[in-house]
Amino acid sequence: MKVRAQFALIFSLDKCIGCHTCSVTCKNTWTNRKGMEYVWFNNVESKPGIGYPKNWENQEKWRGGWTLVNGKLELKSGGRASKLLNIFANPDLPQIDDYYEPFTYNYARLQNAPLSEATPTARPVSQITGETIEKIKWGPNWEDIMAGEWSSRSADKNMDNVGREIYGQFEQTFHLYLPRICNHCLNPACVASCPSGTLYKREEDGIVLADQDRCRGWRFCQSSCPYKKVYYNWESGKAEKCIACYPRVESGMPTICSESCVGRIRYNGIMLYDADRIEELASTQNEQDLYEAQCKIFLDPNDPAVVAAARAEGINEDWIIAAQKSPIYKMAIDWKIAFPLHPEYRTLPMVWYVPPLSPVQNQIDQGKLPTGPDGVIPLASAMRVPVKYLANLMTAGKEAPIVNALNRLIAMRSYQRMKRVDGVVNTTALEAAGISEETAQDMYRYLGIANYEDRFVIPTSHEEERLDDAHGFQGQNGFSFGNDSSTGISRVTLFPRRRKESMEPREKAPFAGDR
Amino acid sequence: MKESVFTLHNLIFGVYPYICLAVFFIGSWLRFDREQYTWKTDSTQLLSKDNMRLASNLFHIGVLLIFCGHFVGLLTPHFIFAAIMPDITHQYLAITAGTIFGITAFLGGVILWFRRFFNPRISLTSRWSDKFVLTWLMITLIFGLLTIPTSIGHAGHGDPRVVTSLAEWIQSIVYLYPNPAFIEGVDLIFKLHLFFGMTVFLIFPFTRLVHIWSAPFTYLTRSYQLVRTKRVKYQEVDRYDLGKSPEQ
Repeated sequence: MKVRAQFALIFSLDKCIGCHTCSVTCKNTWTNRKGMEYVWFNNVESKPGIGYPKNWENQEKWRGGWTLVNGKLELKSGGRASKLLNIFANPDLPQIDDYYEPFTYNYARLQNAPLSEATPTARPVSQITGETIEKIKWGPNWEDIMAGEWSSRSADKNMDNVGREIYGQFEQTFHLYLPRICNHCLNPACVASCPSGTLYKREEDGIVLADQDRCRGWRFCQSSCPYKKVYYNWESGKAEKCIACYPRVESGMPTICSESCVGRIRYNGIMLYDADRIEELASTQNEQDLYEAQCKIFLDPNDPAVVAAARAEGINEDWIIAAQKSPIYKMAIDWKIAFPLHPEYRTLPMVWYVPPLSPVQNQIDQGKLPTGPDGVIPLASAMRVPVKYLANLMTAGKEAPIVNALNRLIAMRSYQRMKRVDGVVNTTALEAAGISEETAQDMYRYLGIANYEDRFVIPTSHEEERLDDAHGFQGQNGFSFGNDSSTGISRVTLFPRRRKESMEPREKAPFAGDR
Repeated sequence: MKESVFTLHNLIFGVYPYICLAVFFIGSWLRFDREQYTWKTDSTQLLSKDNMRLASNLFHIGVLLIFCGHFVGLLTPHFIFAAIMPDITHQYLAITAGTIFGITAFLGGVILWFRRFFNPRISLTSRWSDKFVLTWLMITLIFGLLTIPTSIGHAGHGDPRVVTSLAEWIQSIVYLYPNPAFIEGVDLIFKLHLFFGMTVFLIFPFTRLVHIWSAPFTYLTRSYQLVRTKRVKYQEVDRYDLGKSPEQ
């Protein structure tokens, strides 16, 4: 047993309202730079839909993630030799248009336009070329709230075996939001596919990072990540990805997307896992068993043997305590209401999701929803969002764990509602769903109230362990005579410099006074 | 009185090679040392994928094989070649390989050059040096291809002297007894090709060409997953040489 700690997240889709506050705060913090205009470390997709980039879930097309070759794990896009043979032109690389051509608007025109009868307009401008775009054809969230035709949205890979035609009908239609960031996987395909060893997983907290100095721009990470969450900065020529806001997390703060989440759907916490079992469990033969396999990799932080092993690995006491209080462990393991996104990619992702219940409460109240023999819990098959769809998203198509989780969520609501509205304690629903009253109260506290300190249990990093001579390190940052903390300000330089200016429209509008 | 050694020919083929090599090695080293963030392929495949699979593969494979051909063909000591084949066979071999790989690189390069200059996305996001270096490589390549008819002419008369004198000259440079006289008499087209080729080494450290140094062969033997730690006690090197790990 090799115990490692992992910074993990859970997003409760049941509460996501699709406001995109997470996307915007993340964008403003990390990716509003030249070359990164098309990049959203955090994006929120409307499902069913093909997403960002287009059809990212179709691994027959993009060949991301892992596959089993004779029972052994191998990158789906091919092994080491095939990477080097394809290095001059990556056959699986998306083009920027698969995300979208980034654009801004010629706002200057509104002020600079010559006097005229018509109101001046701010036309869209490509942020790559600076040229006017006649018509914007795709954007980062083009399908927002079911926009677009069903025929194109239903190309969604998760609609396989669900019945595409049926759900195109207005009465049958359904919708959910899917916020996505890097999954900081336990078995990351991006790390494995990088020929120059740029990407790595941090031993302390499992955050996956791309070393900006080491990256040479071979671009295999971008295509090998099945979630398409590693991006190529076309200006710097380097790979960039979600960094799990590590400067914040190291000081005990939640990621900016989690902090700013209006619906309080995001949970940050620590999980202990057995790093020795990664390969074994990721190689599980049947795709549909991968969710359960991943559950097996996590270690019980309250088990004295695990605690002792964690201490032996040098995991600090406050991290062990954080793991014991982890909201992630409660939801994923104790209550079994959270699931990984597409475990069939075999990367063992560490951002998990609570499936959405669909707005069923009204229908339950009106007695319109067919229930099981207990008379309380509605049949999973009667839900608005097809269980098969959720299963395709989170358990490689296995419906039982999803049904179980949905039943628990409904039972908790039903119990809580009777207690609050009718003043009656009725545990029938809880018993049917197999949870105790105490668990239901805890679930209510974490999911319903969702206090800040319950959602975010983040131990600070131990910087003192980086240095055995902290005193000797003082004064090392800040002003220096090297180029370690600046890119230089001289106009003429021997070496190519970064261009920092953001893209302006090529044709400047004349000033009104110049007519 | 002896003829002056300060001729243009001697400058270009006796001194200039050393300037180019010095800038090539020292410049690469300096940039690698100080400017890791700029050390990259600068791929534009994300912006436009059209024809890249064909063009980039043709160009890169062609150029690499040409480089290997030059390296082996010109730097192998003459007695080794002499033991294997007559000089004229060496020349025919060079002509054949050069034609095949030269045309391979040329076809890919032409597509890449037009893409670089006339694809709006690529052209507008290019640095000046990106356009310059590709153009320079293409001119060098074209001069190289233009030497082939001349070589065929020489070979047709059973005269292998150009190949042997070029090899002797390059070896004189590499083994530090520079003797420009070896190529005093070769045709102008060879000299042009040599000048442009040497200059590629001169501009190398200032362009994206530096990515050639970083060909990632170590990937073949590396483990797939990489984990880095900040904790000193797990790191092999005691960076501060205090002779004690925190556990002690």
